[in-house]
Amino acid sequence: MNILVCISQVPDTTAKIQVSGDGKSIEKTGIKFILNPYDEFAIEEGLRLRERFGGTVIALTVGSETSKEILRTALAMGVDKAGIVKTDDILDSYNVAENIAGYAKSISPDLVIFGRQSIDFDSSGMAPMVAEMLDLPSISVVSSWNIENNVITAERDIEGGKEVLTCSIPCVISAQKGLNDPRYPKLPDIMKAKSKPIEEIASCHGSALVSLTSMVLPSSKRVGMIVGDSEAEIASVVTALHEQAKVI
Amino acid sequence: MKHIIVYIEPKDASSLKRTSYEALTAARSIAGDAQITAFAVHGSEQALATAGNYGVQSVVVAKHDLLSTYSSTATAEALAQYAQSVSADTIILSGNASGKEISPRLSVKLKAGILPDCITLENDGGTVKAIRPVYAGKAHIAVQSISDHSIIALRPNVFTAKQEGSANASISSFTPNLEAKHAGVKVTSLVKNEGRLDVAEADIIVSGGRGMKGPEHFPIIEQLASTLNAAVGASRAVVDAGWRPHGEQVGQTGKTVSPSLYVACGISGAVQHLAGMSSSKFILAINKDKDAPIFKVADYGIVGDVFEVLPVLDAKLKAMLHS
Ligand SMILES: Cc1cc2nc3c(=O)[nH]c(=O)nc-3n(C[C@H](O)[C@H](O)[C@H](O)COP(=O)(O)OP(=O)(O)OC[C@H]3O[C@@H](n4cnc5c(N)ncnc54)[C@H](O)[C@@H]3O)c2cc1C
Repeated sequence: MNILVCISQVPDTTAKIQVSGDGKSIEKTGIKFILNPYDEFAIEEGLRLRERFGGTVIALTVGSETSKEILRTALAMGVDKAGIVKTDDILDSYNVAENIAGYAKSISPDLVIFGRQSIDFDSSGMAPMVAEMLDLPSISVVSSWNIENNVITAERDIEGGKEVLTCSIPCVISAQKGLNDPRYPKLPDIMKAKSKPIEEIASCHGSALVSLTSMVLPSSKRVGMIVGDSEAEIASVVTALHEQAKVI
Repeated sequence: MKHIIVYIEPKDASSLKRTSYEALTAARSIAGDAQITAFAVHGSEQALATAGNYGVQSVVVAKHDLLSTYSSTATAEALAQYAQSVSADTIILSGNASGKEISPRLSVKLKAGILPDCITLENDGGTVKAIRPVYAGKAHIAVQSISDHSIIALRPNVFTAKQEGSANASISSFTPNLEAKHAGVKVTSLVKNEGRLDVAEADIIVSGGRGMKGPEHFPIIEQLASTLNAAVGASRAVVDAGWRPHGEQVGQTGKTVSPSLYVACGISGAVQHLAGMSSSKFILAINKDKDAPIFKVADYGIVGDVFEVLPVLDAKLKAMLHS
């Protein structure tokens, strides 16, 4: 089974976000960039499928030179090959999807696996978008699944319950936490990964469909009434919920 | 903007999902002179006709064998075909679990700019300008489509559903041209969380975190939830510890919620938790640490021990609700 795992580099979850001078992006200096946490589940799933079915696992990212770091992590975890579509300015999610789909078409994978969302733009749209470009079925936010005779049965959480879905291979899925416990790369593998080749893939110069006109830090419009734990103070909160917020 | 299509979903035999009413209301708020049509692939006449109570008088329902069991791929194809047949330029849908699968496909099919997870919409000289949170809500961006079409997915429960009139909408049908390949993925079963209100659908949520000290203390949370007719939520720390089921988890890995009141009990307010609940209309936090980050986003806060505060809070709320 040939598996393509698509991963992205994102600011560390605890990074303090500041808007840069252009008013449209974040200030990158001082921020630590990491492998998108959900992509760890995607990589792990790819490796486990290879252990079960054989084949190869390729990790792909769309990004700049510094994104190679996450490909090294993927190599250290055990993927066979790593590739980067190098773009210094990413236009929009459609453009990223076009680049991924372009590469996927050249290798015709049996499965394309994503993390459920990247924690920078949180769009969760990449898996269905790439699937549509490849004319393949997709299942998003998979929390458990099984493959039998090239047919996938997957479970995902939806509002008010769980959905069970089925589709056949080739297809695209996005991984939810809980799908597996991602392995920690071992030190010798981390060292070996440093010298492994990373394929550079030419980007396709599509055009953007969305324009981002500004970025701001949200202003907090909260009431901010913080009180102690006396009975009278608790009663004052209940009164405020009723009379001020009018939620009860 | 000339013609907006709103994708709607039935909740039961007589009504639509609240998120569909929110989408209908949002469409009306930005429509200007544009025509609005609601589009569905399922639903009884009675349920679909309620779109009329939210100001949208025309509903189109797609009819095809391949749509009889839910398929995100077949739904997206039917919706795209209908949009093209009437030259619609804007599609609005809820960014719920199904909307998150359909909207990116529509974007590709129609070469339309996609605006996901929107929390406000504005008609900016005929095109829709949207605001949405990014970086777990630490920043907001303004976005708009620069292609001829826009696909707009709304964060559930943020837009208020406002009734407008009481006329039943008229319903007509549309037969899309579907082949087996369009229904590549199918839902084979749906397991509902019986008897429990889901955090993603509740108007009030009472959540417990690690400060609750153990699963044996969650009856205190359940008690408060029942007083407020609320759903029970949880932080990832307590879900990972096995104290509460996955379905209750609020946050980046869990569900994104925007209830009118969110009560956080013994939750520190880590950024990944805030990502899932910071768009709640009002937030009440109970935490013994006055410096806990949750107080920075709280409207109301009680600094104290949950085991002492919650029973008193519950009693005061009961007294208030019964008076
Ligand atoms: C990629 C990623 C995704 C994540 N996704 C999520 C997510 O979806 N949802 C989520 O919740 N977390 C998520 N997390 C985890 C998050 O970072 C926190 O670890 C988690 O939210 C902490 O849960 P908590 O607030 O219950 O526990 P803690 O941080 O341990 O906080 C417990 C709080 O309880 C208070 N307390 C203790 N005893 C009492 C008492 N007797 N009375 C009153 N207060 C008391 C303490 O002061 C403290 O503030 C994610 C993390 C990562 C890295």
